[in-house]
Amino acid sequence: MDFALVWFTLVTLLWTGFFVLEGFDFGVGMLHRLVGRTDDERRLAVSSIGPLWDGNEVWLIVAGASMFAAFPGWYATMFSGFYPALIVLLAALIVRGVAIEYRGHRDSARWRRNWSILLTAGSLLAPLLIGVALGDLLRGVPIDSNQEYTGGFVDILTPYGLYVGVTVTVLAALHGSTFLALKVADPVRGRAHSVSVVLAPVAAALVVGFVIWTQSLASGWVPGALPILAAVGAIAAAILVPLHREAWAFTATAVALGGTIAALFVELYPRVMVSSTNSAFDLTVQNTSSSPYALKVMTIAAAVFLPLVLLYQGWTYYVFRRRLTLADAGEGL
Amino acid sequence: MSTVDLSRFQFAMTSIYHFLFVPVTIGLAVLTAVLHTAWYRSRDDGYLRLTRFFGTLLVINIAVGVVTGLVQEFQFGMNWADYSRFVGDVFGAPLAIEGLAAFFLESTFLGLWLFGWGRLSPRVHLATAWLVALGALLSAAFIMAANSWMQHPVGYQLANGRAELTSFWAVLRNPVFLWAYTHVVLASLVTGATVMLAVSAWHLLRRSDADLFSRTAKLSLTVLIPGALLAMFIGSELGVVVTKYQPMKIAASEAQWQTCQPCSFSLFQVGGGNRDETPTKIIQIPHLLSLLATNSWNGQVQGLNELDAQYQQQYGPNDYVPNVFVQYWSMRGMAYTAGLLFLLSLWGGWLLRRKRILDARWFNRLAVWAVLLPFIMNTAGWMLTENGRQPWIVQGLMRTSDGVSGSLGTATVVTSIVTFGLLYLIFGIIAWTLMVRYARRPLGPAEPVPEPDESRPQVATY
Repeated sequence: MDFALVWFTLVTLLWTGFFVLEGFDFGVGMLHRLVGRTDDERRLAVSSIGPLWDGNEVWLIVAGASMFAAFPGWYATMFSGFYPALIVLLAALIVRGVAIEYRGHRDSARWRRNWSILLTAGSLLAPLLIGVALGDLLRGVPIDSNQEYTGGFVDILTPYGLYVGVTVTVLAALHGSTFLALKVADPVRGRAHSVSVVLAPVAAALVVGFVIWTQSLASGWVPGALPILAAVGAIAAAILVPLHREAWAFTATAVALGGTIAALFVELYPRVMVSSTNSAFDLTVQNTSSSPYALKVMTIAAAVFLPLVLLYQGWTYYVFRRRLTLADAGEGL
Repeated sequence: MSTVDLSRFQFAMTSIYHFLFVPVTIGLAVLTAVLHTAWYRSRDDGYLRLTRFFGTLLVINIAVGVVTGLVQEFQFGMNWADYSRFVGDVFGAPLAIEGLAAFFLESTFLGLWLFGWGRLSPRVHLATAWLVALGALLSAAFIMAANSWMQHPVGYQLANGRAELTSFWAVLRNPVFLWAYTHVVLASLVTGATVMLAVSAWHLLRRSDADLFSRTAKLSLTVLIPGALLAMFIGSELGVVVTKYQPMKIAASEAQWQTCQPCSFSLFQVGGGNRDETPTKIIQIPHLLSLLATNSWNGQVQGLNELDAQYQQQYGPNDYVPNVFVQYWSMRGMAYTAGLLFLLSLWGGWLLRRKRILDARWFNRLAVWAVLLPFIMNTAGWMLTENGRQPWIVQGLMRTSDGVSGSLGTATVVTSIVTFGLLYLIFGIIAWTLMVRYARRPLGPAEPVPEPDESRPQVATY
């Protein structure tokens, strides 16, 4: 068994799962001020992700730890190379997480407004930065023969990376608004729908652009199944949203976002981080992976625990499946 | 300062900060689950109110613990890329498994527990409380397995210019791990129990729900008395294990420059720190160091000079003595605060027996302030462990100065230190203020938990 391939697939799945799940958390964070006019309405929007966001964020932690364990060379070069961007990303994630949890803990309009603004900013910045970083993996950054990043901060800001960042951010926003339309009652539901109506065509156009641009970086001209899936998802969302097919629209945005992320990784394979200096210096699955024994141990652990995780996270979504109403937001604290 | 020093500073800052929250989470998660169980069994409203009260404190604390944990994971790659390349094969596995097996569990079930009131059946809901605690305990196990490997590498071979895992089983059976993990769990229980005791004492002093808070005072003391005693005992056994694998760490923590036999323990001294081999020993206890370090009355403890000479031979010229001043005082900071906590808990236990804890104003006043002690204890414990490993990042295999990222510029690390420093400071103040505010609130009313009902509104706390 090619354990390195297994782990490349798992890392891809973890990043994809992270975006499909935390993607709508980011979207809700970005949009909660827009779809909620009063404090109760905003609180309702945030409550829709309340029991879920923390478990969703673990996908990111596990994705990172898996890269560390399965591809230490990739993890080391990527994280040290993208250092300045990661400072901002971590700050955004810290601010966002604390904002979600602390927002409701004081009955003061100013306190809530401040956390609300921080939540919006953090939720906007996080997918943008991760998108840029993932785009850069494929577009290529300066890496020398020792697998060492040799660029500066500006080398992270490749046009393609920025485009992927924007695409992913818009998709996350749309994913959040389709989630809200599905999970909360009016008037927040109606506003979320209006936001989706505006965002869906933009997202579809961006994803189609992403597929074309990504294809131009690849060797062949025939797009693979995943980029096509992403585009189909995004276009389907643009069609389904105006029809008020809420559950299907949410599924479509999940496919679009998940497909986009998965497509990036599949385009990369067997490389994991492209060197713009010289393609001979590309980081690959082969030259960055851990030893077969370590990968085997982790494969066993993943085979045992990942199905369990899917099971109990799925159950969580089942437990909290009910649509939330304003009456819910009035309670508590 | 070099990027190595700056990176060390950053790692120390973020780790110490992260570990202010971690032991509270572990300790309070267990204690809150105990309260929840007490309610489940007795259906006594008092326990329900206490469960919710301490559950809220737990959640405020977890929020910061979780997000600062992200930094912990990322900065291995950011600041310590060469370390990551060298150890990823061994060190990465417990980290990845921690996420898969433990952190998912803790985070997912925390959401279920928090929002599960009246939505889950009481039995299932109680199970979620224990799964949160289990997740937190498991999480610490994998992190300690990874850390213990840095202290005493086992189950690996050097191949392809890096350490490669040869036996995951050996990593889990590392004696340093077994003792250190038990020690950390006990310290966490002590921390959680002290927080609970302090909050209860504050309310007892003001006679707010005194009958209920005397229950949590009793619960916390029941955990604290054996917990503190065992933490000290296991800690001293860990010391014996460490003396075997990292003798330099122990010699430095005793400022023991010359090899001695038998060795006396210095309770307090002036000088004797870095490069100062002639301290003014104020108080010494004969034979105690021999006993602590080797478990025998006349055991020999190797001195720093001898060890240094030995390492020069083995690993080439370098300075192998860690910062002795930090070692000496972090060892004492940890042990003395633990001792104080134990004495306090004995006093409390005696008051409980005499049924006088309600009126024990001095005890309760001290118990409120004692909340600071476990944080000093934990921080000192980690300083002792990590500073004592220097100059190694992995004992005997890789030096800290060789682990830092090659592409790293000073300006980048400084930016990151300032960013996280400010963020942590501000959020630390906010978290502390919120904790104190909630800890001082009277207990919530005894809202009955309704029968599980699908159509029941979900309580929003945002």
